[in-house]
This record gives sequence, structure tokens and C-alpha cells, in this order.
Amino acid sequence: MNKTMLSTLQTPLQKQRVGMKTWKKCLLTLAASLAFGTVHAADVNTTGLAVTDTTVKVGILHSVTGTMSISETGSVQAEKMAIEQINAMGGVLGRKIEYIQEDGASDWPTFAEKSKKLLVNDKVAAVFGCWTSASRKAVLPIFEQYNGMLYYPTFYEGLEQSPNVIYTGQEATQQIIAGIDWVTKTKGAKSFYLLGSDYIWPRTSNKIARKHIEKLGLKVVGEEYYPLGHTQFNSVINKIKLNKPDVIYAIVVGGSNVAFYKQLKAAGIDMTKEKPLVLTISVTEDEILGIGGENMVGAYAAMKYFQSLPNENNKKFVADFKAMYGKDIVIGDVTQAAYLGPWLWKAAVEKAGSFDIDKVRAASPGIELTTAPEGYVKVHPNHHLWSKTRVGHARADGQYDVVFETKELIEPDPFPKGYQ
Amino acid sequence: MSLLLKSKAGMASLLPKKELYGFLVLALILVVVLPLSLDIFRLNLVGKYLTYAFVAVGLVLCWGYGGILSLGQGVFFGLGGYIMAMFLKLEASDPESTKIQSTPGIPDFMDWNQITELPFFWQPFYSFTFTLIALIIVPTIIAYIVGVAMFKRRVGGVYFAIITQAIAAILTILIIGQQGYTGGVNGMTDLRTLHGWDIRTDNAKYIFYFLCVFMLFVCLLIAQFIRKSKLGRLLVAMRDKEDRVRFSGYDVSNFKIFVFCIGAIFAAIGGAMFTLQVGFMSPTLVGIVPSIEMVIFCAVGGRLSIIGAVYGALVVNFAKTSFSESFPELWLFAMGGLFIAVVMAFPNGLAGLYNTYAAPKVDAFFAKLFSKNTTDNSAPPITPATKPVTKTESTSLPQGALHEPQ
Amino acid sequence: MFAEYSTSELLSIFAMQGVAGLILFSVFVLMALGLAIIFGQMGVINMAHGEFMILGAYVTYLTSNVFSTYLPDLFSIYFILAMILAFLVAGALGAFVEWAMIRHLYHRPLDTLLATWGLSLILQQTYRTVFGPREVGVTLPDWLMGSYQLTETIELPINGLFVMCLALGISLAVALLMYRSRWGIQVRAVVQNRPMAGAVGINTGKVDRVTFALGCGIAGVAGSAFTMIGSTGPTSGQLYIVDTFLVVVFGGASSLIGTIASAFSISQAQSTMEFFMSGSMSKVLTLLFVVLILMLRPQGLFTLKVRR
Repeated sequence: MNKTMLSTLQTPLQKQRVGMKTWKKCLLTLAASLAFGTVHAADVNTTGLAVTDTTVKVGILHSVTGTMSISETGSVQAEKMAIEQINAMGGVLGRKIEYIQEDGASDWPTFAEKSKKLLVNDKVAAVFGCWTSASRKAVLPIFEQYNGMLYYPTFYEGLEQSPNVIYTGQEATQQIIAGIDWVTKTKGAKSFYLLGSDYIWPRTSNKIARKHIEKLGLKVVGEEYYPLGHTQFNSVINKIKLNKPDVIYAIVVGGSNVAFYKQLKAAGIDMTKEKPLVLTISVTEDEILGIGGENMVGAYAAMKYFQSLPNENNKKFVADFKAMYGKDIVIGDVTQAAYLGPWLWKAAVEKAGSFDIDKVRAASPGIELTTAPEGYVKVHPNHHLWSKTRVGHARADGQYDVVFETKELIEPDPFPKGYQ
Repeated sequence: MSLLLKSKAGMASLLPKKELYGFLVLALILVVVLPLSLDIFRLNLVGKYLTYAFVAVGLVLCWGYGGILSLGQGVFFGLGGYIMAMFLKLEASDPESTKIQSTPGIPDFMDWNQITELPFFWQPFYSFTFTLIALIIVPTIIAYIVGVAMFKRRVGGVYFAIITQAIAAILTILIIGQQGYTGGVNGMTDLRTLHGWDIRTDNAKYIFYFLCVFMLFVCLLIAQFIRKSKLGRLLVAMRDKEDRVRFSGYDVSNFKIFVFCIGAIFAAIGGAMFTLQVGFMSPTLVGIVPSIEMVIFCAVGGRLSIIGAVYGALVVNFAKTSFSESFPELWLFAMGGLFIAVVMAFPNGLAGLYNTYAAPKVDAFFAKLFSKNTTDNSAPPITPATKPVTKTESTSLPQGALHEPQ
Repeated sequence: MFAEYSTSELLSIFAMQGVAGLILFSVFVLMALGLAIIFGQMGVINMAHGEFMILGAYVTYLTSNVFSTYLPDLFSIYFILAMILAFLVAGALGAFVEWAMIRHLYHRPLDTLLATWGLSLILQQTYRTVFGPREVGVTLPDWLMGSYQLTETIELPINGLFVMCLALGISLAVALLMYRSRWGIQVRAVVQNRPMAGAVGINTGKVDRVTFALGCGIAGVAGSAFTMIGSTGPTSGQLYIVDTFLVVVFGGASSLIGTIASAFSISQAQSTMEFFMSGSMSKVLTLLFVVLILMLRPQGLFTLKVRR
């Protein structure tokens, strides 16, 4: 305690200002902190963030309007719930978390504008937010310039490692390789048809998938991309029928997803027969709500979290989430990853004993969460999480049965050698 | 001496006293009031809004005066922005700072898409001069091709609007689809320096803001010149009765093509300024939605007022930012309501409101001021001579607007 | 690419591809027909057309919920009722919009574009507030799901066939209305010469309102049918708007036959190209092809010579 105070006093900024008043203040603080066991804001925050003796401000930056609000709603809910739970436990370093929510409006320049507002005007200690890669790429230079901390929840394409971002979702190799290994080993798949929406995540993911499939000595019989929002898939379904792959590897997103699975079913491809088998990395439980469980039944998904995971952490998490947002709510992979954000930040702040971004960053690698709904996660020095990958089998009620789980935690590798 | 007089007279006809005041007030606000009263974050936002004002000014010429409603101005805004971004991206991807890539020295998104060599059409963008020239030439050429194809065949009105919209859709899909060359959905991000000068610092932001204001005034003056020239009067005549102008022996289409190209150039300059101030460019600024939003900036400002367009862009965007900070849900209602209100209740926008309600009072105030001044200078006859002129001018604006473009 | 397949396989694939093209054609017809009536007959550009379609989809969603909760026995036929309701609700909203907004703007076609765009924003946000930002899943009765096995290798999607029948039925109904009914005659009279139509005693205001409501109602039915093949969310409507306008403009605005012909050519071009090249590229090529033809022949495929 006294040590931290001394070191605070010795930072150059503080040194110049040490006058009689400051000394008095410090003595008072010391007395107060001895009496109540709290630490003065200036001690745990030397860089002027929005931290008072009782509160700390953080930002939540997601799309509430526009096309992406469909996906980002769950993340907002999870982050708010985590913050509420942390506050109920006494907050972070004795401070209640207050959040400022901003709307990115599904528009990347707006994300950039709002993140700058959060960092420059509101001086938040951390931001939980962004969903698409495009929004992350738009805010990244701003977080690096103004030294902010972003907790990014979505599974994404990798090829990035910023000191100012903690990636709580999986990077592509974690998600893809385990899934393809599983489908080749247990289902004996020999040929794959890769399909995706036309943007960077599906393209990069399919690139990794293709390299891995070819490494295994198997065949990719087709690779297709459709514009975001495309709703007519009859032609590509015919092409799939012509090529007769063992696996349709689908990374279709958003409204296209709904159209694709409905039309796949209508075209007579019954996914429960697994001929061909459908493996996706883009359909979480929230998305099945829009697709309809009956159109998705029989498909497999490879990701790190499913609502049906049987461990105790998850049972409590699901119960809490339903208590807060109604019993019909469903939880997907990204929602869970978003929930981890505030907890990881809390752990890092407490380890560092400070809200300062640099100290939190330095403290982040090695942070563990044993209470994570997905089980156990640990922050890698490259700011991604060690995590297990599971394969789920879609049921008619919109949930997945977990049919496979990797034995070990998979190491995150955002710049995979041999896959670029 | 006579030349000086002539230019002075030219100046007066270009900017009659009342419009001169309009320009001066706007200049005062943009150059003095806003920079002094806002912090750099907000000022940078204003700078961003002003880039939309370029498009809106172009639309006043095309739509308000020419009667050509383009729903694809995002295309030109995007072209300008992308051309500037290509130059900056190349500078940001020198071999030193991209050495973790498998091919150093090319933009990061190319590396992610297994492109190992800079494509040929990227090569010239190492040159700043070429970039600046391309910034003007490329949008002009495209606007010219579209214009010739459409206007020579007498396509106008609604058809033109929908076809320009389709062009915006095509360009967006192309940019997103060809992500190895364009950065795809992410756009071109992480732009850092201009000739080694860091564009992300507060200092640079100030400089870009003033550069943006300066360029805006250049565009405003060009627009004003067109408006006051014979071309401007022909445009209005064409908008109201195209056939009569044609029968009078004018080639109507050439004027339309010209003004459409001017609008495209303005939009491209705006796009380039956007890239410089915001630090990235993305396809979300090219598509249909932003293109239509740009039309609303112009409509809110008053489709016949070039100064109004600037205020329109500022007001709508300011409302958007502040609304979405406090009530994200209400924002779309407000925006939708604004569209409907501006069409149904006040078709001449802010400028129309000003002319109807505020202008008489302001006029009276100035008249008072001047009559006082002039009596002091003992030259009373000038005042009555100038006053009626400005009066008729101010009333002629809303009247012209009642004849809707067909 | 076809070397390793047998003739019968190829034949069945081509047959299915042909059906895929026809389904796309029907989808385009359904999307565009309502707009063609409004735009072609009245000159009004309804940018909220997509939102009217989604209104129909939401009505279907609500109906399916009501049936599955209260009338599970009749669930298999709810879809028919849902479509009728979708038509009525969307039509009623259309009539209201015409009365409140459009009728003041007939002499300013470009302004209807802006006003209806504003309307589309408001509708989108309303859907978001009422139904939430997520897509809703519409459960279909069993007989609409799956496929019909024509031969060993040829399978036809039932929902696709249903959309085709629906498109055919609605086109016929509209054609009958337009060319055989009293109302149709009145509409065409108003289109060709409004003052004269008024002078012979046609209530032009009423004709306009019914026409607009009919167009919106057809959009509602289309939206209802699209719950079978697409997504239902607050912003799904925007996905359709560009395609729809292009189909109408390409066909020649004031000709219903033209709309159908253009829907056919665009859909065939797109589905054929999708089969032979990547999806994004074929979309760009289709749009480019349409825009180029429009530049060469700006009045569209078919035109009605009308003295204005």
C-alpha cells in the first residue's frame, strides 16, 4: 500500500505538483485508506482515466441499430450482466463499474467516431465491444493511438495481434483445425465444399481450411462466395449436388444464413442423413432462432461454447442469463465470449493493482478464469485465449448436443505458419 | 485601373451583398467560432461532417438547379476517398513496417489474400501528384461516361436516380468482392503518414480541418460562379421546361453532363478530405444508404441554396451524433421523420425557412444599420437602390422552388 | 468441368438448374409486381417497398404463432390465411400512407422517393422496437417443407414450386384486374390522361389510393411467401430493394408484361452465371449487364407510348 503510494509520488508528473496541499491530501488518503481499506483514485490511476474513489467508467460499443444489431444484441446483454455481477460482488478494486453505451450503428466510421469519444472524452478504463472484423479494424488505430483497452468477443480470422486488444473469441485456426480433424477422423470425410459470405473472415477461414484439408491429403471440390445479404442459393446447391462432397463447410453469415439453410432443406438435402454432412463455424444458437431449429437439425458446428455445455459454471451462467433476460433467451458462442470480457479485465486490474492501461496490459498474459462458462480459459501472451474447441450437433429445438471436445486447451496462433 | 474596377464589378455580380454576408457568416462560424469553442475531438467531427457538405453542394447544383437527382454520389465520394487512401496505404506499407508479412512492402490486406506483388494499377499511386490528378480525373471520366450515356438519350428524373443507385450497388459489391485489391468490407484502414508527416496527431487534425474548410470555400465559390453564370440560369430553365431550352437551340445534355461532372468532382474532393481526417475509407461510404443520406443533407439545407447545403450537412450529422449518443432507438425515427418533413412541410429546407421567417428581420436589421451608416456618410441615395434588388432576389428563390423538377 | 459425369446426371442437374432459374424468376416477379403497379401506373417511387414486404413476413410470423398456440390442429393451413392477412394489413397500411403522404406529392416524383425512404427508416425501427433486432424464425407447415422427388435424381423444392404457383396466380389476377375489370380500365385511363379521366367522372383520388394499396398488398403477400426461402428481420427488406427497382426499370416502367419479361431475363442470366462462376462476380456481372442495356435502351424492354 505505502509502496504504491510512494511510486505514485515519484512519477514525474506528480513530482512537479507535490506541494503542501498534495501532501495533506496524501496524508488524508493514507488515513482514510487505513480506516476504510480503500485506495485513492490517484493511486490506482495515474493516467487520468475516469476513475473516482467509488466508481470506474467503462465503455460498451456495439451496434444497436442497423443490420449488425441482430448479432450484437447478445454481446451487449452479456457484458451488462457481467458488469452487474461484478458490481454485486463489490466491483473492481472497491469501485463500482459504470458503463457508457455507444451505438456503432453497423457503420464502421461510426465505430471509429464513437471509440474516439469513449477514449478521449469519457476517458473510459476499458471498452467492451465491436463484433465484425471491419469495425475492429476501424477502431484499432484509435485504440493504439490513444492507448485504450478493447475486449473483442467475436471468433475471427486471426492475422492480428494488437497490444491494445484482448481477443476473447477464438482465432480461426483454433476453431477450424479441430473441427476438420474431427470430421475426417470420426466421419471419414474425404471431400469438402467450401462456401462463404464474401468478406475477410470466411475467405481467410476457408483459406486455412483448404490448406489443412490439403495437408491431410483430402480434396476440396469447390469454393464459393456470395455477397453479404444474398438470399438465392438454389444454383450453388445444384453445384453442390453435382460435385457430391462429403462435407459442406459453410461460413455463411447473417440473413444469408437463413436463406441458405432453408433452401438447402427444401432442395432435398437432409442434414440428418449426413450425406453430405454440413459443418459450420458461423451458426450460433442465436442465429438458429432466425433460421428455425427444424431447418438446421442435423448440422454440425465447431466452436468453443454451446449453451448446452454440461459443466457447473455454465449451468449457473445460463440460469443467471435467463433470470435476467427471460426464459426464452438463447446464448451463443460470442455472447459467452463477450461475458468473459469484463471478468478478464477485472482479474487483470486486480492483478496489476491499478487501472492504468499499461499496467493492465502487462498483467493480462497468464490471467486465468476458472469460473468461465466454457470451463477454463487463460490469456496467452499474444492476447488471445487458450480454449477448447467443441463440436455440436444441432437439435430440432435450436440447441446443440456437444458430441466432441478437444482434450487439451488449444494454443491461439493468430499468425499460423504454413496456413498463409 | 479599369481592370481592377472590372474585377470589382465582377465580384459584386458574383456575390451580391446579401450572399456575400452569407458566405462571411459561414466563414466566421467555420474558421473562428467552431475552432475556438470546440475541442479537437469535436472539431475533427465537424471536419468529417464538412466532407459530406462537398457532396451536398454538388447535389444543389445537380438536383436543385439541374433537376438531376443522383442517388449514386457515394460512388464519387468513395472514388475520391479510395484514391487518397491508396496513396496513404502505400506509404503506410513500406517494407520496414510490414516486415512480419510474408511479402513485405505491400498493403496488409493484399498479404492476407495471398497477393505477392503490387498490382499494376496500384503502382502509380506511389506518386502524390498522380494521386491528386487521379482524384479529379477518375470521377470526371466516370461521371462523363454515365452522363453521356444517360443524358444524350434524354434519360432523366426517376430513371437516372435508379440507375445511379444501381451503380452504387455494383461498386460496393465489386469493392467487397475484390478484397485482395481493395481491402474488402474492412476498407483501407490504418493510414498513418503523408510524406512522412503523421496525420493522426492533433496538430494534423487542425491543419486538415482548415484545409477542408478552405477547399469547401473553393467549391462554394465555383458553385456560386456557376449559379450566377449563364449556365446556372440555363440549368434552371432546363429543369423547369427542358423542351423550350432545347427548342431555343441549346444542347441540353451537354449542360447536364457538365454539372454532373462538377458534382462528381466535388464529391471526390470531399471523399479525399474524409480519408485524410478520419484515417480510413470503407465501402460503407460508397453504397446506397450513404448516397441517399447525402441527398437528405442537401434537402435539409435547402436544395436551392449552396450555403444551406453546408448547414444541412452540419445540422443533420450533428443531430445524428448527439441523438445516437443518448437515444440510439430514437435516431432512426428522427431521421425518417426528417425525410418526410423536409419533403412535405418545408421543401426548401433550412434556407427556405430562413428566407421566409428570419430573412425579413435580418434584412430590416441590416437596412437599419446601413441607413444609419449611410446617413452618417451622407450618401442616402444608394440604400434605396440596393434594397429592392436584394428583396426581389430573396423572394425569387422560393418561387423557383415551387416548379418542381420533373 | 462436366467430363466426369454421366449424361443422365448432367441432364438432371440441368433440369434442376432450370427449376432454380424459374424459382428465382418467380421471386423476382413477386418482388417486382407490386412495385411495377405503383411505379409504373402512378409514377411513385416507393422506397419502402421492401419494408411492406417484411410487414407481410411479420404478419405471417404472428399468424403462425397464434395458430401454434391456439389452433395447433389447423396449423397445416395457416399459411394460406397468413397470406391473406398479409395482403390486407400491408394494403391497409399502403392506403393510409397514400392518404397521409403520397397524394400530396404526385407532382413531385423525386420527392416521393425521399419521403418513402424516410418511411422505410421509420418502419424498420418500428419492427425493431416491436419484434426485437434479431431475425424471427417462421415455422412452416410440414407440407411446404422438403422436396418432391420427380425421378431418381431430380428433386424439386416444394417451397420453390409454391412460390412459382403463387407468382403465376398473382400475375394472372393482376392481369385480369388491369385489363378486364372496371377498376383496371379506370387505372389505365388515369395513367394516360389524368384531367380527362377526372372529367369523365372517374374519382382519380380513389383510384390512386386503391392502386397504391393493391401494390403494397402484393408486396405483403410476396413478403409472406419469402418467409419460406429467406430471412425475416427489421432490415431484411433493404436486401430486396435494388433488385426490385432494376427489374421494374429494366422492364420498362409502365408495362406489366415488360416487368415479367425483365424478371425472366435477369433471373435466367443470374442463375446461369451463378452456376458457372463465383456468386459475387455473377451478381456484379448481372447488375452491370442490366445497367449497360439500360444505357443503350433507357426506356426499358417494353414501353407504353403515352401522351403526357
